[in-house]
Amino acid sequence: MKLAYWMYAGPAHIGTLRIASSFKNVHAIMHAPIGDDYFNVMRSMLSRERDFTPVTTSVVDRNVLARGSQEKVVDNITRKDSEEHPDLIVLTPTCTSSILQEDLHNFVERAQLEAKGDVMLADVNHYRYNELQAADRTLDQIVQYYIEKARKRGELPEGKTAKPSVNIIGTTTLGFHNNHDCTELKRLMADLGIEVNTLIPEGASVNDLKKMPKAWFNLVPYRELGLTTARYLEEQFGTPYIDITPMGVVETARCIRKIQQVINAQGAEVDYEDFINEQTLHVSQAAWFSRSIDCQNLTGKKAVVFGDNTHAAAITKILAREMGIHVVWAGTYCKYDADWFREQVSEYCDEVLISEDHGAIGDAIARVEPSAIFGTQMERHVGKRLDIPCGVIAAPIHVQNFPIGYKPFMGYEGTNQITDLIYNSFTLGMEDHLLEIFGGHDTKEVITRGISADSDLNWTKDGQAELNKIPGFVRGKVKRNTEKFARDRGFKEINAEVLYAAKEAVGA
Amino acid sequence: MTVTQQPEALNFECETGNYHTFCPISCVAWLYQKIEDSFFLVIGTKTCGYFLQNAMGVMIFAEPRYAMAELEEGDISAQLNDYEELKRLCLQIKRDRNPSVIVWIGTCTTEIIKTDLEGLAPKLEGEIGIPIVVARANGLDYAFTQGEDTVLAAMANRCPDKAPVAETDKNERNAIQKLLNFGKKKEDVAQEESEYVDHPPLVLFGSLPDPVVTQLTLELKKQGVKVSGWLPAKRFTELPVLEEGYYVSGVNPFLSRTATTLMRRRKCKLIGSPFPIGPDGTRAWIEKICSVFGITPTGLDEREAQIWEGLEEYVKLIRGKSVFFMGDNLLEVSLARFLVRCGMTVQEIGIPYMDKRYQAAELAFLEKTCQEMGSPMPKIVEKPDNYNQLQRIYELKPDLVITGMAHANPLEARGINTKWSVEFTFAQIHGFTNARDVLELVTRPLRRNNNLKDLGWDKLVREEAKI
Repeated sequence: MKLAYWMYAGPAHIGTLRIASSFKNVHAIMHAPIGDDYFNVMRSMLSRERDFTPVTTSVVDRNVLARGSQEKVVDNITRKDSEEHPDLIVLTPTCTSSILQEDLHNFVERAQLEAKGDVMLADVNHYRYNELQAADRTLDQIVQYYIEKARKRGELPEGKTAKPSVNIIGTTTLGFHNNHDCTELKRLMADLGIEVNTLIPEGASVNDLKKMPKAWFNLVPYRELGLTTARYLEEQFGTPYIDITPMGVVETARCIRKIQQVINAQGAEVDYEDFINEQTLHVSQAAWFSRSIDCQNLTGKKAVVFGDNTHAAAITKILAREMGIHVVWAGTYCKYDADWFREQVSEYCDEVLISEDHGAIGDAIARVEPSAIFGTQMERHVGKRLDIPCGVIAAPIHVQNFPIGYKPFMGYEGTNQITDLIYNSFTLGMEDHLLEIFGGHDTKEVITRGISADSDLNWTKDGQAELNKIPGFVRGKVKRNTEKFARDRGFKEINAEVLYAAKEAVGA
Repeated sequence: MTVTQQPEALNFECETGNYHTFCPISCVAWLYQKIEDSFFLVIGTKTCGYFLQNAMGVMIFAEPRYAMAELEEGDISAQLNDYEELKRLCLQIKRDRNPSVIVWIGTCTTEIIKTDLEGLAPKLEGEIGIPIVVARANGLDYAFTQGEDTVLAAMANRCPDKAPVAETDKNERNAIQKLLNFGKKKEDVAQEESEYVDHPPLVLFGSLPDPVVTQLTLELKKQGVKVSGWLPAKRFTELPVLEEGYYVSGVNPFLSRTATTLMRRRKCKLIGSPFPIGPDGTRAWIEKICSVFGITPTGLDEREAQIWEGLEEYVKLIRGKSVFFMGDNLLEVSLARFLVRCGMTVQEIGIPYMDKRYQAAELAFLEKTCQEMGSPMPKIVEKPDNYNQLQRIYELKPDLVITGMAHANPLEARGINTKWSVEFTFAQIHGFTNARDVLELVTRPLRRNNNLKDLGWDKLVREEAKI
């Protein structure tokens, strides 16, 4: 047992449901008690879906506990099959069905005899996988199912498309800015003269999956979702895959160069260097921003980054490599894939933090007192309590992270969006600087709050007066630094002298 | 028995139970705020935690006095010892928060693996010195607000059974009494006692926000009825005394287990009445309590009329309109009855669970209201089937559907006005004072859509989409 208040990644069935409801005309039936269909509320609320979420429950109640599901699951599958004629019904186990150990596989086989559509049992164990791992597995399972089905029927298409083409794998419902990324990636492929063969799972039909082998290569933009599928396709059809996330100017260029290499190896003869150059210098504003005076003021500012593997790694690289910001630590909650993360970011930050404990993350933020945080909604709230601005870069997210306006994180437009996000998160560079020079505009007394701000030290009148002259948004930090200094040196009281001594000692 | 023109009666049906509602563990969200010295420990899985985290939104960031005891594979396969594990977590809670009570919420998982929470609690309680109350609020047995019912039923067993001897102590015990007597001298208090009619002690049950507690208490005081205590009180240490023969009355329709416990285990007498929701319900509730104590209520006519007068601007928006309750929180019958009184036609009352005995007075009141208003008797559908309900909604085209969030946006996109049902659970809806808030909620979609109606975009889905 573990005492938990908050979790970064959801339970396994959420991942399966995200995959199932991303496809068109696929229905998921959860084997779960009443109330576990909270996924429908999230999808309807967060992504403001106009259509009913294609997820229903085969309810586990007392009768099921006593006698087993018996006909219930089968009936629910065949009923849904006749009501809505889905192409595929995915029976989704939950934590409850994991311990009931009913033979769901058998139910699926029996239902398949009657159902017109396909029926499948999602192969995920609640106690072994989290939301992201389950999503990755379910996507792979569905793709394999339809490839195998087509193979048995002799319907697998031969050869590749005439022009270079790609499968984009991994954009889903409830994914962080996934729909905008998806549009941006399609645009990028169009600019590169590459056809999009399939884009899965969001908006795809399962009947199109058999076309997947026709693509020249697979693009997996998100580390967490789609790699298993891409590896399967490579193993079966020799289709190469690219797992470089095109996020940030440097990484986008790297991704495009890799694409060039992969398709040239298959005889495409393309040269994207001019395109990269033109986009980098004139379409994306990020490269120019890096040179501008604004960005100069960010030099050496401290930041921390926390999120899923994809976003935390990409943002860390952007901050450190493209903007000259000092990333004190970068972290991920994808513990199961921690090695990859370490390898990606270790040269761009002082320290790597792998944790699923939001308390530990909060403490780590309080400890380093960065000028800005880039994290999830949880880190945003930590930032609020410590008076540190935060840009949200990864799930878990709230409804405000499903913007209506076009806000991709990927591709060249993505670099523009990220630049705005980062710049706006730091307390506007120049303003900050000027305020410091002129002693701030805020001289009213402020009670400093903070996770670790409780103080056992006395501030003398003049010490307090000096402290009050420091601009509001850095006052808490100065106060804590000074107190730390005083404690280290055994001062009982803090007067103006101690304050300035501390300032000199810290060099800030 | 005349064959001609039999008065229509309420029509009860039961469907498949394939409906959307919140898991009953959501009750921790309002109960931990209500019972200020409590700590709620939900013993379940990531699924439970994910639900709470998402359903409670911003509250989660406010260092809530609740947490998950997240079960891991070792707990399920009994490689770990439940008792030792729970002891470790509860000691941590005691150290960090020092609550006056820890409430264990049993979930589906603890049911299935048959964790003997009721057996472990007294033992652990003795060892760590904090009362542990066990409530099995799981999705196998209950829906949404019934979670509160299971917690209060468990708390009812913890109420002291003897009033302290000294009269002053008794006053001390009672939070409301203290509030009402605040700053007064002893003689004044004694004099105030005389404002009450001499009747057996009355304890109300149901968790309500403190302002509503004060409002309802004062409402009864006007009739000379003294409220001796509330279950739950603001603090666990202030739970009301329940002696044999005390009278009890429920303020919410979903408290049937609590009512049963109070009657059977605590030997209290239940006053069965409609619930104080809407001015009509509030009046009927007060009248029923008065009649049990042999009091002739005064001034209720004027009071109710005055409230209705104030509601007229809202009532005229919904008069003659139809409403469909999909059913998810058990407030449906009371709300439907109030809306019929406002002149609406209720097409269907979906409800997760219908206790005809506990809700008897409310059901009779609904029937009577329909007859008086000349409104057709609604169909009451227990354990509804959301899919079938949607087919009926398409057919009936109600002016308003009261439903959960899973269906609200999709229905709006199809040009059907909806109100999110969960808001009725969190808003203040009890008593005369809050009738306005109920109608504020009910009319909001109509008022909003009135503002938009000339724009010409009612249906925002491409085809008549399948559901």
